[in-house]
Amino acid sequence: MDLSFTPEELAFRAEARRFFNAEIPKSIRDKVAEGEGLTKDDMVTSQRILNARNWATVNWPVAVGGQDWSPVQVYLYQDEMQLAHCPAPIGFNVSMVGPVIAQFGNEAQKSYFLPKTANADIWWCQGFSEPGSGSDLASLRTKAERVGDKYVVNGQKTWTTLAQYADWIFCLVRTDSSVKQQEGISFLLIDMKTPGITVRPIITIDGGREVNEVFFDNVEVPAENLVGQENKGWDYAKFLLGNERTGIARVGMSKAKVIRIKELAALEFAGERPLIEDSRFQEKLAAVEIELKALEMTQLRVVADERKMAKGRQNPASSILKLKGSVIQQQLTELLMEVVGPYVMPYQRDFDGNNEPAIGPDYASEAAPMYFNYRKVSIYGGSNEIQHNIIAKAILGL
Amino acid sequence: MDFDLTEDQRLLKESVDRLIADQYSFAQRKGYATETQGWSPKMWERFAEMGLLGLSFEETLGGFGGGPVETMIVMETFGRGLVLEPFFATVILGGGLLRRAGNAALQGALIPQVTAGKLKLAFAHVERQSRYNLSDVTATAKRQGSGYVLDGAKSVVLHGDCADKIFVTARISGERRDRDGVGLFLVDASSPGLTRRGYPTQDGLRAAEITLTGVRADAVSENAMPAIEHVIDEAIAALCAEAVGTMQVMHDTTLDYMKTRKQFGRAIGSFQVLQHRSVDMLVALEQARSMAMFAAVMASEENPIERKRSISAAKVQIGRSGKHVGQEAIQLHGGIGMTQEYSVGHSFKRMTMIEQMYGSADDHLSVLAKMGGLFGKAA
Repeated sequence: MDLSFTPEELAFRAEARRFFNAEIPKSIRDKVAEGEGLTKDDMVTSQRILNARNWATVNWPVAVGGQDWSPVQVYLYQDEMQLAHCPAPIGFNVSMVGPVIAQFGNEAQKSYFLPKTANADIWWCQGFSEPGSGSDLASLRTKAERVGDKYVVNGQKTWTTLAQYADWIFCLVRTDSSVKQQEGISFLLIDMKTPGITVRPIITIDGGREVNEVFFDNVEVPAENLVGQENKGWDYAKFLLGNERTGIARVGMSKAKVIRIKELAALEFAGERPLIEDSRFQEKLAAVEIELKALEMTQLRVVADERKMAKGRQNPASSILKLKGSVIQQQLTELLMEVVGPYVMPYQRDFDGNNEPAIGPDYASEAAPMYFNYRKVSIYGGSNEIQHNIIAKAILGL
Repeated sequence: MDFDLTEDQRLLKESVDRLIADQYSFAQRKGYATETQGWSPKMWERFAEMGLLGLSFEETLGGFGGGPVETMIVMETFGRGLVLEPFFATVILGGGLLRRAGNAALQGALIPQVTAGKLKLAFAHVERQSRYNLSDVTATAKRQGSGYVLDGAKSVVLHGDCADKIFVTARISGERRDRDGVGLFLVDASSPGLTRRGYPTQDGLRAAEITLTGVRADAVSENAMPAIEHVIDEAIAALCAEAVGTMQVMHDTTLDYMKTRKQFGRAIGSFQVLQHRSVDMLVALEQARSMAMFAAVMASEENPIERKRSISAAKVQIGRSGKHVGQEAIQLHGGIGMTQEYSVGHSFKRMTMIEQMYGSADDHLSVLAKMGGLFGKAA
């Protein structure tokens, strides 16, 4: 047992650190550090810089632009990216639809979509959840009827993240209602400009527009946009959701937040002394840091195990990472809000495009919205209660 | 980065696992506890034959050259078996002090005896008032000729009742809580002026209250705190590993019980509310295991600040996880978990005592918080 990295791994880490800090514009990384929303342009810019080095799609098969990295390298890449406050590549493109097309798509789909997906020339959104199907995804009802060389799609998707930016949507649709739920689902790629699609914002409690409802009214989709086989979409979705949980612990991001909280707590005062010197505050933060350190070690253990596992197989321990990682992320937003104090109160989101100076310190305005917004992390990607069910079944055999 | 065990470590683990599986069942342990000393001299001989008692000494000193990872392997398995023998007192504490504070002559004389199972050690350090402050020493050492005369009283000396030789701390100079001026001495248990009162501890192990009245001794070290602090950090790492073994058993036992115990016509493990609690036990256990590994790796760190940070963090995690796993193990068993005749309560008791040793979770949290936590700019 040796927890030190090899000289090659350390050199890789140093290069990753240099690259993220030197190449990704500081203006973008500062926004991430403060929890400010990124524009579409910010995210596309950042992804194109990564892609120019072939670092946007490291998880893809090598043949279509991925990297043949060890799990340790992938870990270091993610950790350094998050520590540098660098935006992650667009998840819908890179972690979700890209690997599905690479694995199950035909040659035409691969050659058309993959380069554009890697370079964020296409922005994808995910059409999985529906009003009636949250954690019980297989109950989805959006219907695609085969008519000649087209599918006609009718129904509604919801919680569609950043659909307002999206050029294309990858959808799970019901193509057969006469069989077991899981066996009548297909995976369809749909151009968002197709007539009959309406996107309506859902404003979340932080005041942000991150998610949307997407309505399909007799939307005609060329049959060539079917991925893989008809009625096999559930298998592809499971493959995709397995990928979604890699790096879900967001250890690097939480480490960066801890460091930021310490910086800010040195600026704010509790009585006559900086908050960072208040023993109760110190202990609260230290308690979260310990859980985070333990999670980092747990993640490294999972990473080390993955080296021995068949590629693509989901390690059930990743559910533990999701459970703990989400709670830690939420606790840190709570602590950040506590650091800011009364200046969490002004609501300044409507000031966008307004030239008046911000009210209160620069770092204050996003503290409360981030706390509100981060309640989502224990809900999305399979709620923490679902993760409990997965662990109970897959690890404990209950 | 590599979590794999080396071939030697794997063989060590296999042999210790086998020993505990074959000879340390709950029923066998009960038998050992009724022997005169409260543990099994036969088992102690087995440990010696297997090389466990010389595990952490360098090969040049007659040991087997193991480090903190080897200690972790052994202690985790001992934690599963709830081992009663004075391994921790003799090898981890006594052996640690020999390694870190003893001179070559002392090491050469004693290590072969420890390794052969002929010499049991203990560490009499904590006093009534000192709680978790290692520097709080009021026992006195007064110079007399080439040696010293010791006076004072030492509390809860682990396996102090059966030790052949006892490491004792006493203040040579300075004030009560000064880090400087604490001497380390090695005395025979039969020394004139030394009395000891042995007793069982809550977890079925043994300890003693020791008084020193004009005990003559030579100093092993006249300024021993740096060595003592390092030994205690190593000891905490060892306890963390032991605690992981103990938690693992509580988790496994509870899970087995949930799969077999029927209520309302079905296994209680089919109830979702209990499934989720069992998952939370697993998460607590895995987080603790991660930190026990971290502690093992950091135990040999020479920079005392970085070592202390890591060890304190690990002890907090072990304390928090251990309490959670232990309390839930009893609760999910229901009434049977409350009985002396069932194993899980004994694991719970050991776990609870580990929390009281060398600083509670809250105590270490406060230490770590004052040191500025774990993550900084250079992370």
